[in-house]
Amino acid sequence: MPRTPAILSWRTIRLLLPFALLALALWLIPAPATSAPSVRRISLEATQYQFTPGRVRVNQGDRVIITLTSSDVVHGFYLDGYGLKTRVEPGVAQRIEFVADRPGKFRYRCAVSCGPLHPFMIGELVVGPNVPFWRALGLTLTALAGMLAYLWQRRGQQETAEVSPDSR
Amino acid sequence: MSEGRIDLLARLPFLKAILNSRAFQPALMLATLFFFTLAALTGLFGTPAGSRNFGIIFVWIVWWALLIIVLVPFFGRLWCAVCPIPAPGEWLQRRGIISRVPGRLRTLRWRWPRRFKNIWLQNFGFLGVAIFSTIILTRPGVSAWVLLSFVLVGVILSILYENRVFCRYVCPVGGFIGLYSLLAPLELRVKDTQVCREHTPKDCLIGTENSYGCPWMVFPGSLTRNTYCGLCTECLKACPKDNIALNLRPFGSDLLVAKERRLDEAYKAFIMLGCALLYSAVLLGPWGWIKDWANMETPAHWALYALGFLTITLLLLPGLFWLTTVAARRLAGQQTPLRRLFVDYAYTLVPLGLAGWIAFSFGFVLVNGSYALVVLSDPFGWGWNLFGTAGVPWTPLWPRLIPFLQVGTLTIGLLFALDIAYRIARQHSRDHHSAFLTTLPIAGFLAAVTVGFLRLYLG
Ligand code: SF4
Ligand SMILES: [Cu+2]
Repeated sequence: MPRTPAILSWRTIRLLLPFALLALALWLIPAPATSAPSVRRISLEATQYQFTPGRVRVNQGDRVIITLTSSDVVHGFYLDGYGLKTRVEPGVAQRIEFVADRPGKFRYRCAVSCGPLHPFMIGELVVGPNVPFWRALGLTLTALAGMLAYLWQRRGQQETAEVSPDSR
Repeated sequence: MSEGRIDLLARLPFLKAILNSRAFQPALMLATLFFFTLAALTGLFGTPAGSRNFGIIFVWIVWWALLIIVLVPFFGRLWCAVCPIPAPGEWLQRRGIISRVPGRLRTLRWRWPRRFKNIWLQNFGFLGVAIFSTIILTRPGVSAWVLLSFVLVGVILSILYENRVFCRYVCPVGGFIGLYSLLAPLELRVKDTQVCREHTPKDCLIGTENSYGCPWMVFPGSLTRNTYCGLCTECLKACPKDNIALNLRPFGSDLLVAKERRLDEAYKAFIMLGCALLYSAVLLGPWGWIKDWANMETPAHWALYALGFLTITLLLLPGLFWLTTVAARRLAGQQTPLRRLFVDYAYTLVPLGLAGWIAFSFGFVLVNGSYALVVLSDPFGWGWNLFGTAGVPWTPLWPRLIPFLQVGTLTIGLLFALDIAYRIARQHSRDHHSAFLTTLPIAGFLAAVTVGFLRLYLG
């Protein structure tokens, strides 16, 4: 059975082009303008093995001032994507200040080994609007739609079951 | 049958020579056994701080990343060919390590019960480890005992039964490696099944003076999938007809082999997908109380956690998929029994589940990879500094890259799963139209799972 790889045919390219363009657009369209930046004061408490609150939402551009305390042992704080790192001892509050200029979800993790579950002591800072998440969702669903369109146009092709259930 | 295959042994004579040598596999097994022994020793006698202990870091970060991101997706069961766990048992049976010791295997020759000739034991074994995983992953001592108990069970089973009964029917790791190896672009097969049918001595099954009979109890002549072939290449050493091939092939070929799909494997797919989602939420999520429950803060809380874990993997996920299958079957007016469709469509979860596991692993492997340098210099956490890297500070590697890797992997897994869904649907449908209709509800399920992962990682 001679077979040209269907993915390379002109028909397929024509079919998938709109999806590719849509994906590209989703990737590139500028994010909506955010509300006026404000100052956000957050008190964050570290205990074995969680941060309270576990999820913090701020807006892009906000100046974030975190007061970090520990209520049991020595912990740490590391913020993915921002590269901030501190150590916090019980009873001594730490002040962390930064401008949340990058949108998306960034995990903050304990940075000082504090017990067995230390590597999983994780919280989430969501800098909204969470454009990377929506872009990722859009891209994935566009890919899904493209794939369905591609499967739909297989209509004309003969698809043989490699080992059909009834062949034996 | 062999369309789109490239026989590596025909192309690469040196590879064939290496694989034909009796010393090659034991050499690799001895190497992994060395690291395994070190992991067990450091686990038992080293520091209780997991992130400073060689056993924890090398097993659950280095080995795990290698296995799930590289070996399984690209080489299928290759790990099983070099795995140290069955080594002591196998060598005891054979009364030797390298050369073929004449005579039969030394065992009590019990018969493995028929009702266990499937992967249900592996399914429940994996779940058994999974509900304790928060403890196992973080306590060096517990981790070491779990590893050692695998070896012990392997040895006991190889005293009672011939061959690698442990690998084939018991090992909790082997179960998912087997399932996900369906995807790999590498396969061991025979070149011509006719040659095997006519060759009645079946040297590959009984062994020769230079080879043992297949330790996985598989007949190469009827191999159509990777699941139960451990790539040990004993058959290559046995076959007088030079009929064994090691093929490169398109990804996922085995998922289309309809006649071998089974409920136990389908359940393995649910369990693995469920665990990937649950681990992503429990270990990498922001909910401290779940971590406390999983960490056995109180027995009652842990019991609730375990109950929830088992309900989600064994009932909820399969239940939702069952409903999806009902919808798919109605929509296309298919005649195939519902149970059969349920089992068959569950194989679409193989690419998506593996993608989920890879995405989950990206979430902690890059962040904690730098510990590997530390424990290499100071495996026990006793203050050694063998290679001068004991003082390397914890340095997360490219945390900004992780979401991209995760989204990319999940999208590839989703597209792959959709393609497989359509092709499986085609096996049960009269025409393209009804196959496409059937694919839609399945696509909905796969998309929902993918969105769930994206929500956990990025949302
Ligand atoms: S020894 Fe070779 S030809 Fe004979 S049955 Fe085994 S694989 Fe086939
Ligand atoms: Cu901590």
